[in-house]
Amino acid sequence: MQQKGMRLRALKAAFPLTVPIFAGFWFLGLAYGIFMNVSGFGFWYPMLMSLVIFGGSLEFVAVTMLLGAFAPLQTLAMALILQARHLFYGVAMLEKYRGLGWKKPYLIFGLCDETFSINCTAEIPEGVDRGWFYFFVTLLNHLYWVTGSTIGGLVGSLLSFDTEGIEFVMTAMFVVIFLEQWKKEKKHDSALLGLGASVLCLLIFGADSFIIPSMACVLLLLTALRRPIERRCGLL
Amino acid sequence: MTMLEQAVTIALCALGTMAARFLPFLAFSEKRRTPQYVRYLGRALPGAVFALLVVYCLRDVNVLAGSHGIPEAAAIAVTALLHLWKRQMLLSIAGGTVFYMILIQVFC
Repeated sequence: MQQKGMRLRALKAAFPLTVPIFAGFWFLGLAYGIFMNVSGFGFWYPMLMSLVIFGGSLEFVAVTMLLGAFAPLQTLAMALILQARHLFYGVAMLEKYRGLGWKKPYLIFGLCDETFSINCTAEIPEGVDRGWFYFFVTLLNHLYWVTGSTIGGLVGSLLSFDTEGIEFVMTAMFVVIFLEQWKKEKKHDSALLGLGASVLCLLIFGADSFIIPSMACVLLLLTALRRPIERRCGLL
Repeated sequence: MTMLEQAVTIALCALGTMAARFLPFLAFSEKRRTPQYVRYLGRALPGAVFALLVVYCLRDVNVLAGSHGIPEAAAIAVTALLHLWKRQMLLSIAGGTVFYMILIQVFC
């Protein structure tokens, strides 16, 4: 009974925060499922891939891979490069996910961009269990993604309502989360440094290959400026 | 591609993703105290990462052609202003997205 009440409280606290992701994932997932459907794959492909990979951008790229010749090394390299940004999420969540027992492997498995954003910035209300809160955010997002892409795979090209531009929901969500993070900080060294580095790398390396150079720049700058940042931002 | 080759391709995509997600947790176990430097990174990174994610979402916007990124810039301004005004996450996200959809569908 106690356990049940605790889970319900965590679910109630987690759900409202995942609503924007529901909208975004159903749209993107649907688009992904439709893309697979028109590429000639049955609905169990997007369903299974969303279940085990749970990473939007890579799943889109994987469609092209599945249609091409079998190239295992290239596939693995592509997956590692596209998903490298998740390394940063892990480092940022090391302390937050500490000591969460059996839930921890699933939380790490489900640490996609959107789940990371919520779990990293959310202020967990008093009396709500941290582990269950993180668990429900992760589980709900996972469910949205799998159901969205499965439905897309099932209905395929039958859909034809005008949803052009709805993909902006993800951008809007990250803008809001960026602002929330901004308000939480006393100094904005890290945010400004990240913004500068990624815009610069985007201009130099282009849309398809700017993530890894941006990460390298951020890591280098944060390391080189550690003392002043720790002093100014009160991170000591 | 045979069925087996497809299965291997999907498994490798999952493996690559999981490697990136699990590596930090495997490298710094719960039993030992995380090194000071890594703890510092853990606290300093989120600011930079969210900036990177916003840029990542906008990576395909071309300011030199098409609509010159004006709908994106305007919708981000609407999202941010709504958020600074009301600070209701859902309202800011929905407002900015609907505004963007109208711009794209009516004017572009």
